[in-house]
Amino acid sequence: MSILEVKNIEKHFGATKVLNDVSFSLEEGQALAIIGSSGSGKTTLLRCLNFLETPNNGTITVKGNTLLDASLGKKMTDAELRKNRLHFGMVFQSFNLFPQYTALENVMLAEQLLAKEQPDYKANKKKIMEEIREHGCQLLTQMGLQERMNHYPHQLSGGQQQRVAIARALALKPDILCFDEPTSALDPELTGEVLKVIRSLAEQKTTMIIVTHEMAFARDVADQVIFMDDGYIVEQGVPSEVINNPKEERTRQFLARYLG
Amino acid sequence: MFWEVTQTLLMGLWTTFQIFILTLLFALPLGLIMSFGLMSKFKPLRYLLNVLVWVIRGTPLMLQLIIIFYGPGLWLDHNIWSGNEAGRITATVVAFSINYACYFSVIFKGGIQGVPVGQREAGQVLGMTKSQIFFKVTLLQMIKRIVPPMSNEIITLVKDTSLARIIAAYELTFAGFSFMKSAGITWPLFYTGVFYLLFVGILTLLFNFIEKKLSYFR
Repeated sequence: MSILEVKNIEKHFGATKVLNDVSFSLEEGQALAIIGSSGSGKTTLLRCLNFLETPNNGTITVKGNTLLDASLGKKMTDAELRKNRLHFGMVFQSFNLFPQYTALENVMLAEQLLAKEQPDYKANKKKIMEEIREHGCQLLTQMGLQERMNHYPHQLSGGQQQRVAIARALALKPDILCFDEPTSALDPELTGEVLKVIRSLAEQKTTMIIVTHEMAFARDVADQVIFMDDGYIVEQGVPSEVINNPKEERTRQFLARYLG
Repeated sequence: MFWEVTQTLLMGLWTTFQIFILTLLFALPLGLIMSFGLMSKFKPLRYLLNVLVWVIRGTPLMLQLIIIFYGPGLWLDHNIWSGNEAGRITATVVAFSINYACYFSVIFKGGIQGVPVGQREAGQVLGMTKSQIFFKVTLLQMIKRIVPPMSNEIITLVKDTSLARIIAAYELTFAGFSFMKSAGITWPLFYTGVFYLLFVGILTLLFNFIEKKLSYFR
Protein backbone atom coordinates (compact mmCIF):
# COMPACT_ATOMS: atom_id res chain seq x y z
CA MET A 1 0.00 0.00 0.00
CA SER A 2 1.25 3.49 -0.83
CA ILE A 3 2.06 5.80 2.05
CA LEU A 4 0.43 8.69 0.19
CA GLU A 5 -2.46 8.68 -2.26
CA VAL A 6 -3.51 11.93 -3.86
CA LYS A 7 -6.59 11.78 -6.05
CA ASN A 8 -8.18 14.33 -8.35
CA ILE A 9 -6.95 17.39 -6.47
CA GLU A 10 -8.38 20.63 -7.79
CA LYS A 11 -7.67 24.10 -6.51
CA HIS A 12 -8.82 27.45 -7.78
CA PHE A 13 -8.25 30.96 -6.51
CA GLY A 14 -11.31 32.86 -7.65
CA ALA A 15 -11.67 32.14 -11.35
CA THR A 16 -8.06 31.00 -11.78
CA LYS A 17 -7.59 27.25 -11.78
CA VAL A 18 -4.22 26.44 -10.25
CA LEU A 19 -4.51 22.66 -9.93
CA ASN A 20 -6.47 20.41 -12.25
CA ASP A 21 -7.18 16.76 -11.56
CA VAL A 22 -3.84 16.08 -9.89
CA SER A 23 -3.43 12.42 -8.90
CA PHE A 24 -0.35 10.52 -7.84
CA SER A 25 0.84 8.11 -5.21
CA LEU A 26 4.06 7.68 -3.31
CA GLU A 27 5.62 4.58 -1.78
CA GLU A 28 7.22 4.62 1.63
CA GLY A 29 10.94 5.43 1.53
CA GLN A 30 10.77 6.96 -1.93
CA ALA A 31 11.67 10.44 -3.07
CA LEU A 32 9.39 12.20 -5.51
CA ALA A 33 10.63 15.23 -7.45
CA ILE A 34 8.13 17.69 -8.88
CA ILE A 35 9.46 19.81 -11.73
CA GLY A 36 7.87 22.45 -13.92
CA SER A 37 8.07 26.14 -14.68
CA SER A 38 6.99 28.88 -12.27
CA GLY A 39 3.23 29.14 -11.94
CA SER A 40 2.65 25.52 -12.92
CA GLY A 41 1.07 24.74 -9.53
CA LYS A 42 3.93 22.86 -7.85
CA THR A 43 4.05 25.02 -4.75
CA THR A 44 0.25 25.13 -4.45
CA LEU A 45 0.23 21.33 -4.53
CA LEU A 46 2.69 21.16 -1.62
CA ARG A 47 0.66 23.75 0.26
CA CYS A 48 -2.46 21.63 -0.21
CA LEU A 49 -0.65 18.59 1.19
CA ASN A 50 0.37 20.63 4.24
CA PHE A 51 -3.17 21.98 4.61
CA LEU A 52 -2.02 25.57 4.16
CA GLU A 53 -4.53 25.65 1.28
CA THR A 54 -7.76 23.72 1.11
CA PRO A 55 -8.34 21.97 -2.23
CA ASN A 56 -11.71 22.54 -3.87
CA ASN A 57 -11.87 18.92 -4.87
CA GLY A 58 -10.10 15.61 -4.38
CA THR A 59 -8.80 13.37 -1.62
CA ILE A 60 -5.56 13.03 0.32
CA THR A 61 -4.91 9.66 1.96
CA VAL A 62 -1.94 8.87 4.18
CA LYS A 63 -1.28 5.28 5.31
CA GLY A 64 -4.83 4.36 4.41
CA ASN A 65 -6.42 7.20 6.38
CA THR A 66 -8.29 9.69 4.26
CA LEU A 67 -7.25 13.02 5.77
CA LEU A 68 -9.19 15.11 3.32
CA ASP A 69 -12.17 14.42 1.13
CA ALA A 70 -13.19 17.73 -0.41
CA SER A 71 -16.43 16.26 -1.80
CA LEU A 72 -17.80 16.03 1.76
CA GLY A 73 -17.66 19.82 1.86
CA LYS A 74 -16.86 19.75 5.54
CA LYS A 75 -14.66 22.39 7.07
CA MET A 76 -11.91 20.88 9.19
CA THR A 77 -11.76 21.91 12.82
CA ASP A 78 -8.53 23.44 14.10
CA ALA A 79 -7.78 20.23 15.99
CA GLU A 80 -8.23 18.09 12.84
CA LEU A 81 -6.05 20.47 10.84
CA ARG A 82 -3.26 20.21 13.40
CA LYS A 83 -3.44 16.43 13.49
CA ASN A 84 -3.42 16.17 9.70
CA ARG A 85 -0.53 18.57 9.32
CA LEU A 86 1.67 16.43 11.56
CA HIS A 87 1.76 13.74 8.84
CA PHE A 88 3.72 16.16 6.69
CA GLY A 89 6.86 18.19 7.26
CA MET A 90 7.56 21.29 5.23
CA VAL A 91 10.78 23.03 4.27
CA PHE A 92 10.11 26.45 2.77
CA GLN A 93 11.96 28.24 0.02
CA SER A 94 12.65 31.18 2.35
CA PHE A 95 13.49 28.99 5.41
CA ASN A 96 11.03 30.81 7.72
CA LEU A 97 13.11 30.13 10.81
CA PHE A 98 11.89 31.86 13.96
CA PRO A 99 14.37 34.75 14.35
CA GLN A 100 14.06 35.08 18.12
CA TYR A 101 15.16 31.49 18.76
CA THR A 102 18.55 29.82 18.37
CA ALA A 103 19.03 27.01 15.87
CA LEU A 104 18.48 24.44 18.60
CA GLU A 105 15.42 26.23 20.01
CA ASN A 106 13.93 26.38 16.51
CA VAL A 107 14.29 22.61 16.23
CA MET A 108 12.96 21.89 19.74
CA LEU A 109 10.02 24.32 19.93
CA ALA A 110 7.26 22.27 18.29
CA GLU A 111 8.28 19.10 20.08
CA GLN A 112 8.30 20.89 23.43
CA LEU A 113 4.85 22.36 22.82
CA LEU A 114 3.47 18.94 21.90
CA ALA A 115 5.07 17.34 24.95
CA LYS A 116 3.40 19.89 27.22
CA GLU A 117 0.02 18.60 26.06
CA GLN A 118 0.81 15.04 27.18
CA PRO A 119 -0.81 13.94 30.45
CA ASP A 120 2.47 12.60 31.89
CA TYR A 121 4.36 15.82 31.15
CA LYS A 122 4.28 17.32 34.64
CA ALA A 123 5.51 14.13 36.30
CA ASN A 124 8.44 13.56 33.93
CA LYS A 125 9.12 17.13 32.89
CA LYS A 126 12.88 17.02 33.32
CA LYS A 127 13.36 13.73 31.56
CA ILE A 128 11.12 14.68 28.62
CA MET A 129 12.84 18.03 28.11
CA GLU A 130 16.24 16.34 28.25
CA GLU A 131 15.15 13.84 25.59
CA ILE A 132 13.88 16.61 23.34
CA ARG A 133 17.14 18.50 23.70
CA GLU A 134 19.13 15.39 22.85
CA HIS A 135 16.94 14.75 19.83
CA GLY A 136 17.41 18.35 18.67
CA CYS A 137 21.19 18.16 19.08
CA GLN A 138 21.28 14.87 17.23
CA LEU A 139 19.29 16.31 14.29
CA LEU A 140 21.50 19.38 14.02
CA THR A 141 24.61 17.20 14.20
CA GLN A 142 23.17 15.10 11.40
CA MET A 143 22.89 18.35 9.41
CA GLY A 144 26.54 19.12 10.14
CA LEU A 145 25.62 22.03 12.43
CA GLN A 146 26.98 20.81 15.79
CA GLU A 147 29.07 24.00 16.00
CA ARG A 148 26.12 26.29 15.28
CA MET A 149 23.41 25.05 17.66
CA ASN A 150 23.29 28.18 19.77
CA HIS A 151 23.49 30.66 16.92
CA TYR A 152 20.52 32.81 15.99
CA PRO A 153 19.25 32.61 12.39
CA HIS A 154 20.72 36.00 11.45
CA GLN A 155 24.15 34.72 12.46
CA LEU A 156 23.91 31.82 9.98
CA SER A 157 24.42 31.65 6.23
CA GLY A 158 21.46 30.85 4.00
CA GLY A 159 22.65 27.28 3.55
CA GLN A 160 23.01 26.81 7.29
CA GLN A 161 19.58 28.34 7.91
CA GLN A 162 18.00 25.95 5.43
CA ARG A 163 19.69 23.00 7.12
CA VAL A 164 18.29 24.15 10.47
CA ALA A 165 14.88 24.33 8.79
CA ILE A 166 15.28 20.74 7.58
CA ALA A 167 16.20 19.61 11.11
CA ARG A 168 13.15 21.48 12.44
CA ALA A 169 10.88 19.76 9.91
CA LEU A 170 12.34 16.35 10.84
CA ALA A 171 11.92 16.90 14.58
CA LEU A 172 8.29 15.78 14.66
CA LYS A 173 9.10 12.68 12.57
CA PRO A 174 6.63 13.38 9.75
CA ASP A 175 5.55 10.55 7.46
CA ILE A 176 6.36 12.64 4.42
CA LEU A 177 8.84 15.51 4.22
CA CYS A 178 8.07 18.22 1.65
CA PHE A 179 10.61 20.63 0.18
CA ASP A 180 9.43 23.75 -1.64
CA GLU A 181 12.33 24.81 -3.86
CA PRO A 182 14.75 24.44 -0.95
CA THR A 183 17.72 25.95 -2.78
CA SER A 184 16.06 28.69 -4.85
CA ALA A 185 16.72 31.44 -2.30
CA LEU A 186 20.37 30.47 -1.87
CA ASP A 187 23.54 31.80 -3.46
CA PRO A 188 24.81 29.23 -5.97
CA GLU A 189 27.82 28.31 -3.84
CA LEU A 190 25.52 27.41 -0.92
CA THR A 191 23.13 25.08 -2.76
CA GLY A 192 25.57 22.17 -2.58
CA GLU A 193 25.51 21.80 1.20
CA VAL A 194 21.71 21.71 1.26
CA LEU A 195 21.42 19.27 -1.63
CA LYS A 196 23.97 17.03 0.08
CA VAL A 197 21.77 16.87 3.18
CA ILE A 198 18.67 16.04 1.14
CA ARG A 199 20.63 13.39 -0.74
CA SER A 200 21.68 11.75 2.52
CA LEU A 201 18.06 11.78 3.69
CA ALA A 202 17.13 9.97 0.46
CA GLU A 203 19.82 7.40 1.14
CA GLN A 204 18.28 6.81 4.58
CA LYS A 205 14.95 6.14 2.83
CA THR A 206 13.12 9.22 4.07
CA THR A 207 9.84 9.61 2.22
CA MET A 208 10.10 12.97 0.47
CA ILE A 209 8.44 15.24 -2.06
CA ILE A 210 10.84 17.77 -3.52
CA VAL A 211 9.76 20.68 -5.67
CA THR A 212 12.93 21.73 -7.43
CA HIS A 213 14.55 23.41 -10.40
CA GLU A 214 17.75 21.41 -9.95
CA MET A 215 17.26 18.90 -12.79
CA ALA A 216 20.54 17.05 -12.33
CA PHE A 217 19.76 16.65 -8.64
CA ALA A 218 16.22 15.41 -9.34
CA ARG A 219 17.56 12.87 -11.80
CA ASP A 220 20.10 11.54 -9.28
CA VAL A 221 18.06 11.49 -6.11
CA ALA A 222 14.41 11.00 -7.06
CA ASP A 223 12.74 7.63 -7.47
CA GLN A 224 9.80 9.27 -9.21
CA VAL A 225 9.47 12.49 -11.18
CA ILE A 226 6.33 14.49 -11.93
CA PHE A 227 6.36 17.22 -14.56
CA MET A 228 3.63 19.80 -14.09
CA ASP A 229 2.45 22.46 -16.46
CA ASP A 230 -0.46 24.87 -16.12
CA GLY A 231 -1.90 23.00 -13.14
CA TYR A 232 -1.86 19.58 -14.77
CA ILE A 233 0.45 16.63 -14.32
CA VAL A 234 1.79 16.24 -17.86
CA GLU A 235 4.09 13.33 -17.30
CA GLN A 236 5.15 11.11 -14.43
CA GLY A 237 7.51 8.19 -14.06
CA VAL A 238 11.05 7.25 -13.15
CA PRO A 239 13.68 9.93 -13.80
CA SER A 240 15.38 7.97 -16.55
CA GLU A 241 12.17 8.26 -18.53
CA VAL A 242 10.75 11.68 -17.60
CA ILE A 243 14.04 13.59 -17.58
CA ASN A 244 16.15 11.59 -20.01
CA ASN A 245 13.47 10.41 -22.48
CA PRO A 246 10.37 12.53 -22.07
CA LYS A 247 7.36 11.42 -24.10
CA GLU A 248 5.47 14.69 -24.05
CA GLU A 249 6.39 17.67 -26.19
CA ARG A 250 5.80 20.12 -23.31
CA THR A 251 8.21 18.21 -21.07
CA ARG A 252 10.85 18.26 -23.80
CA GLN A 253 10.48 22.01 -24.28
CA PHE A 254 10.75 22.63 -20.56
CA LEU A 255 13.81 20.43 -20.12
CA ALA A 256 15.51 21.94 -23.18
CA ARG A 257 15.46 25.29 -21.39
CA TYR A 258 16.96 23.79 -18.24
CA LEU A 259 19.47 21.30 -19.54
CA GLY A 260 20.56 23.51 -22.45
CA MET B 1 11.31 82.01 45.45
CA PHE B 2 13.08 79.04 43.85
CA TRP B 3 11.54 76.70 46.38
CA GLU B 4 8.08 78.15 45.81
CA VAL B 5 8.42 77.75 42.04
CA THR B 6 9.67 74.18 42.45
CA GLN B 7 6.69 73.29 44.63
CA THR B 8 4.21 74.76 42.16
CA LEU B 9 5.87 73.07 39.21
CA LEU B 10 5.84 69.73 41.04
CA MET B 11 2.11 70.13 41.50
CA GLY B 12 1.77 70.81 37.79
CA LEU B 13 3.98 67.83 37.05
CA TRP B 14 1.67 65.61 39.06
CA THR B 15 -1.29 66.61 36.85
CA THR B 16 0.84 66.15 33.73
CA PHE B 17 1.86 62.74 34.96
CA GLN B 18 -1.74 61.71 35.66
CA ILE B 19 -2.83 62.71 32.16
CA PHE B 20 0.14 60.84 30.69
CA ILE B 21 -0.34 57.58 32.58
CA LEU B 22 -4.13 57.46 32.33
CA THR B 23 -4.00 58.19 28.59
CA LEU B 24 -1.57 55.31 28.05
CA LEU B 25 -3.65 53.05 30.24
CA PHE B 26 -6.75 53.58 28.10
CA ALA B 27 -5.24 54.26 24.68
CA LEU B 28 -2.99 51.18 24.50
CA PRO B 29 -5.72 48.51 24.84
CA LEU B 30 -8.20 50.63 22.86
CA GLY B 31 -5.63 51.03 20.10
CA LEU B 32 -5.02 47.27 20.01
CA ILE B 33 -8.74 46.55 19.71
CA MET B 34 -9.05 49.20 16.99
CA SER B 35 -6.13 47.68 15.08
CA PHE B 36 -8.04 44.38 14.90
CA GLY B 37 -10.98 46.36 13.53
CA LEU B 38 -8.73 48.01 10.95
CA MET B 39 -7.73 44.54 9.73
CA SER B 40 -11.23 43.08 9.99
CA LYS B 41 -12.76 41.21 7.05
CA PHE B 42 -16.03 43.00 7.81
CA LYS B 43 -15.82 45.95 5.43
CA PRO B 44 -18.24 48.43 7.07
CA LEU B 45 -16.30 48.24 10.34
CA ARG B 46 -13.03 48.74 8.50
CA TYR B 47 -14.34 51.77 6.62
CA LEU B 48 -15.83 53.28 9.73
CA LEU B 49 -12.57 52.96 11.65
CA ASN B 50 -10.56 54.31 8.74
CA VAL B 51 -12.77 57.40 8.65
CA LEU B 52 -12.42 57.80 12.42
CA VAL B 53 -8.63 57.53 12.21
CA TRP B 54 -8.61 60.01 9.35
CA VAL B 55 -10.72 62.56 11.27
CA ILE B 56 -8.82 62.20 14.53
CA ARG B 57 -5.38 62.26 12.97
CA GLY B 58 -6.41 64.98 10.54
CA THR B 59 -7.59 67.56 13.08
CA PRO B 60 -5.65 69.25 15.90
CA LEU B 61 -5.69 67.54 19.25
CA MET B 62 -6.34 70.94 20.84
CA LEU B 63 -9.52 71.34 18.78
CA GLN B 64 -10.67 67.87 19.83
CA LEU B 65 -10.00 68.74 23.46
CA ILE B 66 -12.00 71.97 23.26
CA ILE B 67 -14.95 70.19 21.62
CA ILE B 68 -14.94 67.35 24.14
CA PHE B 69 -14.70 69.69 27.13
CA TYR B 70 -17.16 72.41 26.08
CA GLY B 71 -19.34 70.48 23.61
CA PRO B 72 -21.49 68.46 26.03
CA GLY B 73 -22.32 71.54 28.13
CA LEU B 74 -23.52 73.44 25.07
CA TRP B 75 -25.42 70.59 23.39
CA LEU B 76 -26.95 69.02 26.48
CA ASP B 77 -27.32 72.18 28.56
CA HIS B 78 -25.51 70.21 31.20
CA ASN B 79 -21.76 69.96 31.74
CA ILE B 80 -20.94 66.28 32.05
CA TRP B 81 -17.45 67.20 33.30
CA SER B 82 -17.61 68.69 36.76
CA GLY B 83 -16.06 72.17 36.71
CA ASN B 84 -13.26 71.27 39.13
CA GLU B 85 -9.73 70.14 38.39
CA ALA B 86 -10.70 66.45 38.37
CA GLY B 87 -13.33 67.15 35.71
CA ARG B 88 -10.79 68.93 33.52
CA ILE B 89 -8.31 66.10 33.86
CA THR B 90 -11.01 63.55 33.05
CA ALA B 91 -12.04 65.43 29.91
CA THR B 92 -8.39 65.68 28.87
CA VAL B 93 -7.82 61.96 29.38
CA VAL B 94 -10.92 61.13 27.33
CA ALA B 95 -9.86 63.36 24.43
CA PHE B 96 -6.26 62.16 24.57
CA SER B 97 -7.22 58.49 24.81
CA ILE B 98 -9.35 58.69 21.67
CA ASN B 99 -6.65 60.60 19.83
CA TYR B 100 -3.77 58.37 20.87
CA ALA B 101 -5.73 55.15 20.37
CA CYS B 102 -6.04 56.14 16.71
CA TYR B 103 -2.29 56.65 16.33
CA PHE B 104 -1.52 53.46 18.27
CA SER B 105 -3.98 51.40 16.22
CA VAL B 106 -2.11 52.25 13.04
CA ILE B 107 1.21 51.35 14.67
CA PHE B 108 -0.19 48.04 15.99
CA LYS B 109 -1.62 47.22 12.58
CA GLY B 110 1.76 47.84 10.97
CA GLY B 111 3.49 45.69 13.58
CA ILE B 112 1.07 42.80 13.16
CA GLN B 113 1.09 42.90 9.37
CA GLY B 114 4.85 43.40 9.31
CA VAL B 115 5.52 39.89 10.57
CA PRO B 116 5.98 37.79 7.42
CA VAL B 117 3.18 35.31 6.63
CA GLY B 118 5.84 32.61 6.45
CA GLN B 119 6.32 32.80 10.21
CA ARG B 120 2.71 31.84 10.87
CA GLU B 121 2.81 29.15 8.19
CA ALA B 122 6.00 27.67 9.65
CA GLY B 123 4.16 27.40 12.97
CA GLN B 124 1.11 25.85 11.31
CA VAL B 125 3.04 23.09 9.54
CA LEU B 126 4.70 22.28 12.87
CA GLY B 127 1.26 21.56 14.30
CA MET B 128 1.07 24.61 16.56
CA THR B 129 -2.26 26.01 17.68
CA LYS B 130 -3.27 29.57 16.85
CA SER B 131 -2.49 30.76 20.35
CA GLN B 132 0.87 28.97 20.41
CA ILE B 133 1.75 30.67 17.13
CA PHE B 134 0.72 34.05 18.53
CA PHE B 135 2.49 33.80 21.86
CA LYS B 136 5.54 31.74 20.90
CA VAL B 137 6.23 32.97 17.37
CA THR B 138 4.72 36.28 16.29
CA LEU B 139 4.20 38.33 19.48
CA LEU B 140 7.84 39.13 20.20
CA GLN B 141 8.49 39.96 16.55
CA MET B 142 5.55 42.40 16.65
CA ILE B 143 6.80 44.03 19.83
CA LYS B 144 10.23 44.49 18.30
CA ARG B 145 8.65 46.17 15.30
CA ILE B 146 6.43 48.56 17.23
CA VAL B 147 8.88 49.75 19.89
CA PRO B 148 10.54 52.50 17.79
CA PRO B 149 7.32 54.12 16.47
CA MET B 150 5.65 53.68 19.87
CA SER B 151 8.46 55.43 21.71
CA ASN B 152 8.07 58.36 19.31
CA GLU B 153 4.35 58.65 20.04
CA ILE B 154 4.77 58.26 23.77
CA ILE B 155 7.41 60.99 23.89
CA THR B 156 5.07 63.24 21.90
CA LEU B 157 2.34 62.48 24.43
CA VAL B 158 4.49 63.87 27.27
CA LYS B 159 4.60 67.24 25.53
CA ASP B 160 1.00 67.10 24.26
CA THR B 161 -0.20 67.09 27.87
CA SER B 162 0.56 70.84 27.85
CA LEU B 163 -2.47 71.29 25.57
CA ALA B 164 -4.69 70.67 28.60
CA ARG B 165 -3.87 74.25 29.57
CA ILE B 166 -6.44 75.38 26.98
CA ILE B 167 -9.23 74.07 29.23
CA ALA B 168 -7.44 75.45 32.28
CA ALA B 169 -6.21 72.17 33.68
CA TYR B 170 -3.39 73.06 36.01
CA GLU B 171 -0.64 71.04 34.37
CA LEU B 172 3.09 71.72 34.19
CA THR B 173 3.14 74.38 31.47
CA PHE B 174 0.25 76.27 33.07
CA ALA B 175 2.13 76.19 36.38
CA GLY B 176 5.28 77.63 34.84
CA PHE B 177 3.35 80.28 32.94
CA SER B 178 1.52 81.40 36.08
CA PHE B 179 4.70 82.99 37.45
CA MET B 180 5.13 85.09 34.35
CA LYS B 181 1.63 86.39 34.76
CA SER B 182 1.77 86.97 38.52
CA ALA B 183 5.39 87.97 39.14
CA GLY B 184 6.61 88.89 35.66
CA ILE B 185 9.51 86.47 35.81
CA THR B 186 10.48 84.23 32.90
CA TRP B 187 13.04 81.85 34.39
CA PRO B 188 10.34 79.46 35.67
CA LEU B 189 9.45 78.84 32.01
CA PHE B 190 12.95 77.48 31.38
CA TYR B 191 12.79 75.58 34.63
CA THR B 192 9.53 74.06 33.35
CA GLY B 193 11.38 72.94 30.23
CA VAL B 194 13.88 71.11 32.42
CA PHE B 195 11.03 69.10 33.97
CA TYR B 196 9.88 67.97 30.50
CA LEU B 197 13.45 67.16 29.50
CA LEU B 198 13.93 64.96 32.56
CA PHE B 199 10.59 63.23 31.98
CA VAL B 200 11.42 62.53 28.33
CA GLY B 201 15.01 61.62 29.25
CA ILE B 202 13.86 58.85 31.58
CA LEU B 203 11.47 57.51 28.93
CA THR B 204 14.24 57.59 26.31
CA LEU B 205 16.50 55.54 28.57
CA LEU B 206 13.67 53.08 29.13
CA PHE B 207 12.97 52.67 25.40
CA ASN B 208 16.67 52.34 24.61
CA PHE B 209 16.86 49.59 27.19
CA ILE B 210 13.90 47.73 25.64
CA GLU B 211 15.32 48.12 22.13
CA LYS B 212 18.65 46.79 23.31
CA LYS B 213 16.97 43.85 25.04
CA LEU B 214 15.30 42.95 21.72
CA SER B 215 18.35 43.49 19.56
CA TYR B 216 19.59 39.91 19.92
CA PHE B 217 17.50 38.88 16.92
CA ARG B 218 16.56 40.41 13.61
